[in-house]
Amino acid sequence: MITIIFSLFLLTMLVLVAVAILRTDNLFTAVMLSGIFSLIMAANFFVLDAADVALTEAVIGAGISTVLFLGALALTAEKDRSPPVGSVVPLISAVALGSVIIYAVMQAPRLGDPKAVVHNHVAPWYLEKTPELIDVPNVVTAVLASFRGYDTLGEVFVVFIACMGVMALLGRVRPRKDSIKLTEYEERSRNLRHHLIPRIVGKMLVPFIVLFGLYVQFHGDFGPGGGFQAGALVAAGVILYSLLEGDWRGRELVPEWFSSLLVAAGAFLYASVGVACMVMGGRFLDYSALDSHDPVHGQHLGILLVELGVGMTVTGVMITIFHAFARRGVR
Amino acid sequence: MQLLGLYNYFVFATLLMVGLYCVLARTNIIKSLIGLSIFQSAVFLLYISMDKVDGGTAPIIPSDAPPDIIYANPLPQVLILTAIVVGISTTALGLAVAVRIREAYGTIEEDKIQEMDREQ
Repeated sequence: MITIIFSLFLLTMLVLVAVAILRTDNLFTAVMLSGIFSLIMAANFFVLDAADVALTEAVIGAGISTVLFLGALALTAEKDRSPPVGSVVPLISAVALGSVIIYAVMQAPRLGDPKAVVHNHVAPWYLEKTPELIDVPNVVTAVLASFRGYDTLGEVFVVFIACMGVMALLGRVRPRKDSIKLTEYEERSRNLRHHLIPRIVGKMLVPFIVLFGLYVQFHGDFGPGGGFQAGALVAAGVILYSLLEGDWRGRELVPEWFSSLLVAAGAFLYASVGVACMVMGGRFLDYSALDSHDPVHGQHLGILLVELGVGMTVTGVMITIFHAFARRGVR
Repeated sequence: MQLLGLYNYFVFATLLMVGLYCVLARTNIIKSLIGLSIFQSAVFLLYISMDKVDGGTAPIIPSDAPPDIIYANPLPQVLILTAIVVGISTTALGLAVAVRIREAYGTIEEDKIQEMDREQ
């Protein structure tokens, strides 16, 4: 009962925050509200028994996405100057879409109905066979990295390509020779070093964030977590450090060549595990072939390596994208 | 009670409407991107709502688990987990385009950009 009340509250909050985002014309407010939106969404996912997804949404939606939006705001504008009353066409299309969907969901199975079609097709097979074939406790990790490894490989390459796109658009900015050197004041105002409390408290948090990221990376088979969450967490730690100390100090900590290398090396590691499976006599990404004596051990090894590849790519991509935005502002 | 069981889907529909309206009605590119991410989150909510099973728990099977535990459906979770990461990457790409538009036109309002294009 309490869970129901709690989830009703959270869902209602979601709608309220979304409407507030729509109504405000200050983009800074909108971005902060969208961070709150993501945090409420993460709590919602947790109530709905999706621990892995909740972790991902909290790190990426509430953390990194907010920072990227703020970075983009600093380079564009702070005010939404849309005309206050637009045409009615958007309103009509939105309401039409909403009505069609509400009509459609009236037939949907209610929340948590064990007889719903989704729960009676292929899902029970995964739940039943994972302990036997893969033997890792977290079924989400097993499906993500092993059963549906092709899918995840594709996703890693999508992230990789998006990162290349951002780099192609914003580029590695070479400092111009004739560029004016920043004065000491300007240099100081580009970071939070003159704010003592955020700086000290934030800096204390950085090692713990990175440590938690590593825990999530290597404990992802047993508990909620895995490469995607871990990569975002480690990147969040580095980004927090860069925000506190200035992005040039962040680039000293993790040089750009290193983050680019991570992006490529992670995707390469993932794909080469697949090729290694083929060389050992199995199919592409069939980790059982990695250990000829004990297929389950092969699966463990394969999942560990693949998740490491995912983690490396995601870390690299997030840091590279952040630096691309942060560096653009220096020119 | 029947309607209460569908509340997640109604919220999904409302968020979809808000997101779509934000994308279509606002001329500011960043605001449109925020609307797009609301739209995206609404779809995530739809999928994750489908994974819930009454009396279930997160799909993590301990080695000494009693056989009668009910687990949530892992499949929608896997799909959405990767979709979130891909979503932020594509949003970053959109933001990069917005930054370049600002540098080229000096504004990120669609109507002003179109005006400038027409004048040329």
